[in-house]
Amino acid sequence: MSAPDENFDTVVVGGGVMGATVAVRLANAGQKVALLERGGLCMQASGVNAGTLSIQIKRAALIPYAMKGWELWRNPHEWLGADAGFNQVGGLTLAFTEDEAEMLTERMEARRQNGAPVEMIGLNRAREIEPGLSDKPLLASWCPMDGYANSYQLGDVFRAKLREVGVAVHEQTPVDRIVRPGSGPSRGNGYTAWSGDRHFTGKRLVLAGGVWLQELLWRDFGLHLPINCRVNQVSVTERMPPIVNTVLGIATSLLTLKQSRNGTILIGGGWQGKGDPERGGYEILPENLVGNLRLATYVVPALREARIVRTWLGVEGNTADVMPLVGDVPGAPDAYIIGCVRGGYTIGPYMGKLLAQYILGQEPEMPLFDPARAVMAETDTTAQATHDTLSA
Amino acid sequence: MSAEGQNFDVAVLGAGPAGAEAAIAAREAGLTVTLIDEQSRAGGQIWRAPFFQPEQEEIRKSPDLADGERMRERLANSGAKTLFGHRLWFAAPSLSLSTVAADGPHWMSARAFVIAAGTTERIVPMPGVTLPGVVGLAATTILLKAHGVIPGGRVLVAGVGPLVYSVAAGICQAGGSVAAVVDLSRPSEWLAHLPALAGRPDLLWRGLKWAFALKTAGVPMRFGHTVTAIEGDTRVKSARIARVDASWQPLEQIEQIDVSCVSIGHGLTPATETARLIGVPHSFQAALGGFVPELHADRATALPGVYIAGDCAGISGAAAAQLSGRLAGIRAAFDLGALDAVEFERRAGPVRAALKRADRFGQAISSLMTVRPGLAQAMPRETVVCRCEDVTRAEIDRAVLAGACDVNQLKSTTRCGMGPCQGRICSEAAGDLVAIASSRTRTCAGQWTARAPLRPLTVSELVGAYEYDDIPKITPLPG
Ligand SMILES: Cc1cc2nc3c(=O)[nH]c(=O)nc-3n(C[C@H](O)[C@H](O)[C@H](O)COP(=O)(O)OP(=O)(O)OC[C@H]3O[C@@H](n4cnc5c(N)ncnc54)[C@H](O)[C@@H]3O)c2cc1C
Ligand SMILES: Cc1cc2nc3c(=O)[nH]c(=O)nc-3n(C[C@H](O)[C@H](O)[C@H](O)COP(=O)(O)OP(=O)(O)OC[C@H]3O[C@@H](n4cnc5c(N)ncnc54)[C@H](O)[C@@H]3O)c2cc1C
Repeated sequence: MSAPDENFDTVVVGGGVMGATVAVRLANAGQKVALLERGGLCMQASGVNAGTLSIQIKRAALIPYAMKGWELWRNPHEWLGADAGFNQVGGLTLAFTEDEAEMLTERMEARRQNGAPVEMIGLNRAREIEPGLSDKPLLASWCPMDGYANSYQLGDVFRAKLREVGVAVHEQTPVDRIVRPGSGPSRGNGYTAWSGDRHFTGKRLVLAGGVWLQELLWRDFGLHLPINCRVNQVSVTERMPPIVNTVLGIATSLLTLKQSRNGTILIGGGWQGKGDPERGGYEILPENLVGNLRLATYVVPALREARIVRTWLGVEGNTADVMPLVGDVPGAPDAYIIGCVRGGYTIGPYMGKLLAQYILGQEPEMPLFDPARAVMAETDTTAQATHDTLSA
Repeated sequence: MSAEGQNFDVAVLGAGPAGAEAAIAAREAGLTVTLIDEQSRAGGQIWRAPFFQPEQEEIRKSPDLADGERMRERLANSGAKTLFGHRLWFAAPSLSLSTVAADGPHWMSARAFVIAAGTTERIVPMPGVTLPGVVGLAATTILLKAHGVIPGGRVLVAGVGPLVYSVAAGICQAGGSVAAVVDLSRPSEWLAHLPALAGRPDLLWRGLKWAFALKTAGVPMRFGHTVTAIEGDTRVKSARIARVDASWQPLEQIEQIDVSCVSIGHGLTPATETARLIGVPHSFQAALGGFVPELHADRATALPGVYIAGDCAGISGAAAAQLSGRLAGIRAAFDLGALDAVEFERRAGPVRAALKRADRFGQAISSLMTVRPGLAQAMPRETVVCRCEDVTRAEIDRAVLAGACDVNQLKSTTRCGMGPCQGRICSEAAGDLVAIASSRTRTCAGQWTARAPLRPLTVSELVGAYEYDDIPKITPLPG
């Protein structure tokens, strides 16, 4: 026996920062929205990331979006309700070798041209800004907008906001298939998402499944859209007296480091662990923890005295061109994708805003990122067939 | 830099009764063995080697010390490579292990891994539990037997199980002063376990000697009582005690006792972090002390090459720990092909039988110590549950009300368990409170996801000396 069907204007699959912002915005515009999440809200990438909200480390093409995302983090009231620990402390990116200095100068110039307020500075100025810095960097870039927020708090804050705006939030609700009701000529509009024997029907569907988008698109739409799964390691120290003021990074982007208000120091930088979409991150690579910490102590020698209390993994997805997917599900009317945004914690809230504008029939403030470009030509006929059987 | 190091047939974590015996058994089968322990000598908790020359006749002649010396000698003669002062901080399912010692990080790999990590002391918090002068019951045994130190002034010894009496008698014998003994169990509950205890007349006899020592010293006894609050401004001044009902819910407040120290403990919880990190499934069994690994025959697990021995698989005491370690060592040797089926049965058979008997005794004691729900239910709202992050019961209740339904969600909401003790001290209390507040089972409240490092690690220990070029460079993603 299945539960009675409930009808929504939009069903959102995936309760990370992308899905949650879209849901809040659509509900604010008067839609009846369901948000279905396999685990807890923001317990995947959006709740375990390093929390860096820095402008200068974003790809040049995404700088305008990152600036808008940053604005949203600074003014969380309309989309998030409460503050999730936003702290603008400024950030430095460091180069240690001539090659790195060249790369840093080049990249920062491109980002500056796209609006990032970055400035190239020497070691002395960098050490005035960040007295804990070692004497090793040759060159630094400085961006006063950079900062961070506490990612582990995001789920709680969103849960309250989603309740407030009337989104039907279903956690612990894995969507195991999505079908279009009816069959053949009688096929109706909209989509039904099934989770066990529960189902949720919406006129529209938003896929915000993070790194699991590849699986969702293949299983339910027969679309082959390759997503590269990255398994990032992040570590945190016990509470320490203040030793770092700013958000620190390096030219090769293999380090992010900052000290939260509570004194703990977060260390990341995209060092990889073992994992895949099926199992998530399942095993850290100890030698990568050592490598990450060596870089961190190379930058801030006082870190040597800190104790690491936890290292964890999070999975995020990248497309082949490492650019976002925000737009239509190719070939499926009223179905949308949002995800694969590098630096998506920073930029996610804005991408959510753009997609909501698009869904609501408004002109998005900035261009979307059409997923069609990333779909591989060879659609598999067997997957398409399964899809049709299921919808029968 | 790579994470490759020496390779062994068998690696054993923990040099307590279980791990030491596993190492010896695997060596007897001709395998190469390494034994890892963060302590400086073998012995584990019960057979902890003293750092001093005991003066008192009673301590010098204590059977634990003698058993420990015997085991240390057998281990030394076994040819196992011991790595003392090594903290294991990561174990991968491929059985590559990462430790740190005074000289920096070490890497090793093994074909079989026996986890014998022992237990963690459990204290159900009450107001004042974080005051200086409050010490764990099991921790007090370390002070007494390893350091010859007695808690200062008038000590209230409280909690549940035989450690209450061992500690109280130990303090008296060492010349200290015990203000009172407060035991959650009633004499009738002790008597109900007599048939099981009768299987170990030596231990029963030891228990009677403790009781006699306390009687001689004129120590007041409160059975079926608990400590409801510990009071003082900057350190312990007094404790309140109350009678409890059958679920250990305190009844009326009956007594305030002036004391300068409180030694308190509510049994032991299996130290499962290593087994969970490596991926062995666990399930909740209150009578065994909490979440325990799911064991297959002869201490094997769902993970190929991983075996679990001793109290970290469920509280069963030292005798059972030693036997289960032996069984795990023999089984690992068989699985690695070092013993044929006949020889394996010849060695394992008697150990299985003896382990069954020892488990019966150990689990009888353990069931006496099973924490009953009344203690957590009655915990006042202002009680600090997570002492690293200062999280009170009221905050935990609030988080559950706001939607947290397991301990991992609780953690991100309140930071409960995020501090330097890595959640070891508060995990059980936090899990019980989440279960109570959400009206769900303890199984649903779950366990904190095990994370590396298994022990807090100082960054300098891990990074060692290095140059910039020693750091592997990875091609950066496009800018
Ligand atoms: C370790 C790490 C560190 C990072 N650091 C930073 C940083 O410092 N700064 C920054 O800006 N960005 C950072 N990022 C990137 C950022 O976290 C992500 O881009 C962003 O959180 C992605 O959000 P999302 O909503 O697309 O994905 P997710 O947060 O992964 O959410 C997707 C959700 O969909 C759910 N889901 C999937 N399939 C189903 C299904 N079938 N049914 C129901 N639910 C489903 C999942 O359970 C998940 O909760 C980091 C990422 C990681 C992993
Ligand atoms: C503090 C304390 C005191 C106790 N005192 C008594 C007592 O006096 N009498 C009694 O009958 N029972 C006592 N017990 C119960 C006792 O633990 C068991 O009966 C018995 O010692 C169990 O043996 P075991 O080999 O399973 O574990 P243990 O003896 O606990 O041995 C486990 C060993 O593993 C090591 N270890 C664990 N994790 C790591 C790691 N990550 N890296 C390196 N090393 C690690 C520990 O250092 C320890 O030496 C005590 C328990 C505790 C916690």
